[in-house]
Amino acid sequence: MIALLLRDLKLAFRAGGGFGLGLAFFLIVTVMVPFAVGPQSSLLSTIAPGVLWLGALLACLLSLDRLLALDWEDGSLDLLATAPLPLESVVTIKALAHWLTTGLPLVLAAPFLGVLLNLPVPGFFWLVISLLIGTPAMSVIGTFGAALTVGLKRGGLLLSLLVLPLYVPTLIFGAEVARRGATEMEVQTPLLMLAGITAATIALLPFASAAVLRINLR
Amino acid sequence: MIPDLGKYADAVLSSYAVSIVLLVALIAFSVMRGRKVRKDMEKVEQRMSRNG
Amino acid sequence: MSIAAKANALWEYANPRKFLATSERVLPFFWITSLACICVGLIWGFFFTPDDYKQGSTVKIIYLHVPAALMAINCWLMMLATSLVWLVRRHHVSALAARAAAPIGIVMTLIALLTGAIWGQPMWGTWWAWDPRLTSFLILFLFYLGYVALWEAIEDPDTAADLTSVLCLVGSVFAILSRYAVNFWNQGLHQGASVMRAAAVTGTDTEEKVSNIFFYPLLVCIIGFVLLFIALVLYRTGTEIRARRIKALMARERVSG
Repeated sequence: MIALLLRDLKLAFRAGGGFGLGLAFFLIVTVMVPFAVGPQSSLLSTIAPGVLWLGALLACLLSLDRLLALDWEDGSLDLLATAPLPLESVVTIKALAHWLTTGLPLVLAAPFLGVLLNLPVPGFFWLVISLLIGTPAMSVIGTFGAALTVGLKRGGLLLSLLVLPLYVPTLIFGAEVARRGATEMEVQTPLLMLAGITAATIALLPFASAAVLRINLR
Repeated sequence: MIPDLGKYADAVLSSYAVSIVLLVALIAFSVMRGRKVRKDMEKVEQRMSRNG
Repeated sequence: MSIAAKANALWEYANPRKFLATSERVLPFFWITSLACICVGLIWGFFFTPDDYKQGSTVKIIYLHVPAALMAINCWLMMLATSLVWLVRRHHVSALAARAAAPIGIVMTLIALLTGAIWGQPMWGTWWAWDPRLTSFLILFLFYLGYVALWEAIEDPDTAADLTSVLCLVGSVFAILSRYAVNFWNQGLHQGASVMRAAAVTGTDTEEKVSNIFFYPLLVCIIGFVLLFIALVLYRTGTEIRARRIKALMARERVSG
């Protein structure tokens, strides 16, 4: 299991592995927002938590189609399916690797981009916390979407169409935590809901992803 | 004939129009595809029975 | 006949031939009664009900809006049920019925959203408000789109049936989650103006009770929409079965020829 994780991480960090692309996308989206809505700092600080959450979500989405497609193309996915390791743990490791290479860097970069958007000071802490709790769910849900579309030639656009509606609850609660945190309101309820959704998806969705992957590998 | 709908006539009439158009389109599309597929199937089945 | 035997008899309809024969026999009944109910309900509602004292004549939109919204949700439930049947018992008719139902669900959701917007314009002063009820319907619409797109994208029919079934299950859970999330996210400024609350229709909420004058034509319309839905699903499932058969025959032809 650890070997698989290390292999995935190594592949991602290697040149051309795509690490950093999500991060660059996150940066660009954030920079584009003031051009679109105008430079008033009061407006920017109101929408900053939502924009940062949306940017992180899109950056996460962008890297999903590589999640399983590369292993599918070179046949290593078939090897993994016949390996003694259950497919459920394979997809969990894949999701973990995706989170470590995409989600975690986004979480760490978010405060710096928050400065660009005039995020109010109390918001930084809650933005990082909410992203830290929310991004694992995005990776796990994204793995499910990637498993659904893995055999398709032009799966990228379909993947977004399938995955984005599934992101709705995470986005709502996550952005709510960040928004309430920025205006110093109480954040406990949305935070607990967000954590609950993340815990439930991590616990249950790998089974669905593995089932879907088995169908696709048939 | 048409009852007095007052100032909301546009809203009522347009929502009826939109809904009925959508329903009719759905039914028409279903029936058209159904007819075509049925005809195709008969053709294929005939060909199969002729060829053995 | 014992209950088990009866249950077995129900599964007989999973045989495509039997399904086609039976649906052929009952379809005319469903077509005629559904269209009759919808016509009667709509004409009754449109010509022979008074205007609401608060909403004026826009109350007449209810006869389209409520049945469509009901069917939009019930259609997804039906797809969920047939997807489960397919995953558990591997009856092809079941999977094809789910596929046949999805476009109907899309149209119903669209009617509900559009009539809602047209009604909202004069009543709330806006075409669209991010009200929980409206928002969840929009999300449901997105789920339908994804579901249909996945069916269209996969070539192998059995794989497509399997994958869309799993998507339907997972999607149902997330649709319910979204409903709660959306409720939490916006407490629904317009909820009080809604005439379609369950309590309002059944009459426990006397203040907003839909009076019988509006309720009976509405009931006729709802019955008509349910029957129309059944007729469309039966008809379209038959089409899907035939399309599948063509595919199978062509494949056999290619192998032997």
